[in-house]
Amino acid sequence: MLHLIVFSAFGLICVAGAVNLLVQRHPINSALSLVVVMGSLAVEYLLLGAEFVAAVQVIVYAGAIMVLFVFVIMLLNAGEEERTKGSRVAMLFGIPGVLIGSVLVAWVLLEHSVTDSVAVGALPGPPKVIGWLLFHDFLLPFEVTSVLVLIAIMGAVVLASHPESKQPDKREG
Amino acid sequence: MVPLSYYLVLSGILFACGVTGFLIKRNIITIFMSIELMLNGVNLSFVAFAAQWHALSGQVFVFFVMVVAAAESAVGLAIIIAIYRTRETLNVDRVNLLKL
Repeated sequence: MLHLIVFSAFGLICVAGAVNLLVQRHPINSALSLVVVMGSLAVEYLLLGAEFVAAVQVIVYAGAIMVLFVFVIMLLNAGEEERTKGSRVAMLFGIPGVLIGSVLVAWVLLEHSVTDSVAVGALPGPPKVIGWLLFHDFLLPFEVTSVLVLIAIMGAVVLASHPESKQPDKREG
Repeated sequence: MVPLSYYLVLSGILFACGVTGFLIKRNIITIFMSIELMLNGVNLSFVAFAAQWHALSGQVFVFFVMVVAAAESAVGLAIIIAIYRTRETLNVDRVNLLKL
């Protein structure tokens, strides 16, 4: 019962943050509500016994990625977004469509669920076991992601750096 | 005990919010945040299924999704900076030419 209460409370916070992300017009408000969503999702992961995933969620998502977002918003001095014709059309057709789709999916899931309840803490995800899995069963994907991250770093540096013509030539100093 | 379907419904709601934001938002940074929201919704269903079927590989997969999301956001934000430098706008309706 207690688990259901905690799940509902943080699920509500999560959905409220997600809706707030859509309603707010200034990007910095959207970014901060995304932090709320990610923090409450970390609590849901803890409820499912996934300690490692919860910690990584807080550190990587709510920490690193959101800092990157806020940094870019402040760097570009992003103001309030303007409504255009395209966005009104998207709102007219997008919101009802997504609502109908999600209600259908929720109805199917709730009516035809054949699975039992998830026992809290039935599957602990301690970092030791996750690390063992990562370095034994998933060694090749793990190494491939390291290459991916390296390429992403290089790509970000190349894309975000100034074009060479605008840079002051340091060799002639 | 929380039924699995509740977790799946929550994850579906998050994904639907992400899709809606992707459709109705016009600021490119907010659109990018909606993509992150969709990824988070999928991660929740991964962890819920991992707990349901006692398979820890679901949690490992969430780890990989997070790594890819981090790489994607780094590159994506760099692209946003490059777009802002050339177009001086963040509105996607004004970014409608491949070449300036």
